[in-house]
Amino acid sequence: MSADVVSATPAAPAAPAGERTRKRRARWYRNPTLIIGAALLFAILFICIAAPLFTSFDPDLQNLEQALSGPGQFGHLLGTDQEGRDTWARLLYGGRVDLRVAFLAVLFPFILGTILGSVAGYFGGWVDAIILRVVDIVVAFPFFVLVIALVFVLGAGEKSIYIAITAVGWVSYARIIRGEILVAKRQEYVLAAQSGGLSNLRIMGRHLLPNVITQAIVYAMSDIVQNMIAIVTLSYLGLGIQPPTPDWGTMIADGQNFLTTQWQLTTIPGLAVVITGLGLSLVGDGLADLLRPGAS
Amino acid sequence: MGRMSFVFQRLALLVPTAIGVTIITFFMVHLIPGDPAVTVLGEHATPQTVALLHHQWGLDKPLAEQYWLFIDRLVHGDLGQSLYYTVPVWGLITSRLPATLWLLCYAAVIAIVISVPLAVLAASRKDAVRDHFVRVVPLLGLGLPAFWFGLILQTWLGTKLRLFPVTGYGQGFFGHVHTMFLPSLTVAIALCPVLIRSLRASMLNVLGADFITTARAKGVPAPRLLVRHVLRNAIIPAVTVLGINVGFLIGGTLIVEQVFAVPGVGSLMIGSILQRDFPVVQGVALVFGVLVVLVNLLTDVAYAALDPRVRFGR
Repeated sequence: MSADVVSATPAAPAAPAGERTRKRRARWYRNPTLIIGAALLFAILFICIAAPLFTSFDPDLQNLEQALSGPGQFGHLLGTDQEGRDTWARLLYGGRVDLRVAFLAVLFPFILGTILGSVAGYFGGWVDAIILRVVDIVVAFPFFVLVIALVFVLGAGEKSIYIAITAVGWVSYARIIRGEILVAKRQEYVLAAQSGGLSNLRIMGRHLLPNVITQAIVYAMSDIVQNMIAIVTLSYLGLGIQPPTPDWGTMIADGQNFLTTQWQLTTIPGLAVVITGLGLSLVGDGLADLLRPGAS
Repeated sequence: MGRMSFVFQRLALLVPTAIGVTIITFFMVHLIPGDPAVTVLGEHATPQTVALLHHQWGLDKPLAEQYWLFIDRLVHGDLGQSLYYTVPVWGLITSRLPATLWLLCYAAVIAIVISVPLAVLAASRKDAVRDHFVRVVPLLGLGLPAFWFGLILQTWLGTKLRLFPVTGYGQGFFGHVHTMFLPSLTVAIALCPVLIRSLRASMLNVLGADFITTARAKGVPAPRLLVRHVLRNAIIPAVTVLGINVGFLIGGTLIVEQVFAVPGVGSLMIGSILQRDFPVVQGVALVFGVLVVLVNLLTDVAYAALDPRVRFGR
């Protein structure tokens, strides 16, 4: 889901379900969405991380004599690209790069947004007003437009991707955490901590955050999907991961010249993105069911 | 609070946001590492052209004055000069806006046509097989890279089956409808998961209302109940979701226009990035930012106007 994607549907009031139903829902092993998603995700992660076990080819090794061979030819499981590099090997090693960048790119906005959101929600007043205003401004730009423009001005590459996604992505986390803190800070345990003389930092870090962070974690799962698409799209445009480092976006871009003859060059890396995205979305959905019962 | 003061309040909130949008686009020039003029013009630029660009962008003046200059030109409709096309950026953008607006509206229509029946199907029997099916399948769409899906559609429905043209904008209304189908479908597919989800949720909400129980008790047949009573009330939140997600839609058109060579603002931006035509990239970002702010305002106002239950108090 995008940073811009916000459901206008009012959150359904927590179902007046009994304690027993709540517990039943909360058992993770009764949650097929979570199980299937996690299994899919772990399988993909394992194959990518343990890539040398699944292929003996070097993803960067060119062999022009075997260029554009079909699946199965010369021992290449999925054939080769225009420079004779093994597609299956590039797919696995490219997955390593894309998944690493996607996960890291969610971490920085998560941290920044959580800090700013907690400060805004907890202190309120002019701090809140300023942070909210900045959020409004960043949200005004379409996510892709701002990310692509930022990576363009900062120069292509991994570092620019992190900076751009952090600069744009933190707003969603700040909004979520701020909203949760606004509600949570009126609860008795916070008042108790305040009258007990605990420092604001301690109250926010030790008492409030553990209670409000789950929403942000659920959102982070769908955010990783969006980051992955952003990274692949940037690479497709030549602004992301730079060749010769293998990556799914550049693989799709390289393969599109041979779409009618060697369709697998473009189709397979795209399918890899879709399947990884499905795994992440299922995990996100499952987590949502698990962490906020009654909200489905 | 009355309707008019609600609108004025929203308009007042618009001002700081619009100023913020100009500040961000203004500062993009200063994010370019090194001397922006040298970076933009390339290594082989002569000192004269670099100095000219410095002067044109006002880089030789203090920051506050630069920003003032930027705003001053902006209110006069001057977004600067394209380095590649050597024409005013504003004209370039307006000449390409119709194709993008076409794509946006067409995609929204297709997204609604796909999402409404699926949401009705899912909501008509909660937690049944069809409900699970409708909830899981759109998840595939969330992880779908638009440019890749576009390429696949282009190859199979365009090049192989020859059902649709693979590039361009088309001539006349029906030409547009025919030619823009594939790009619009590509943009729409990305939006469907969100739309189906919120439609389903709001339909389930409506299904729990008292007037539905009354209608059921009166013996209104199920299909009629779903369409006349439930869908009608559930569609307003869905339209709002569409309005809120206009930024997401615009982001989608960017790359899809590039893939299908639609002569719109999105492909202009991508093309300008590849040409390192900085003023155009800056101008498009600004125009898109303002467009999103305006559409969000319109959504709020339309929502308030359409739904008599909306209260204007805070």
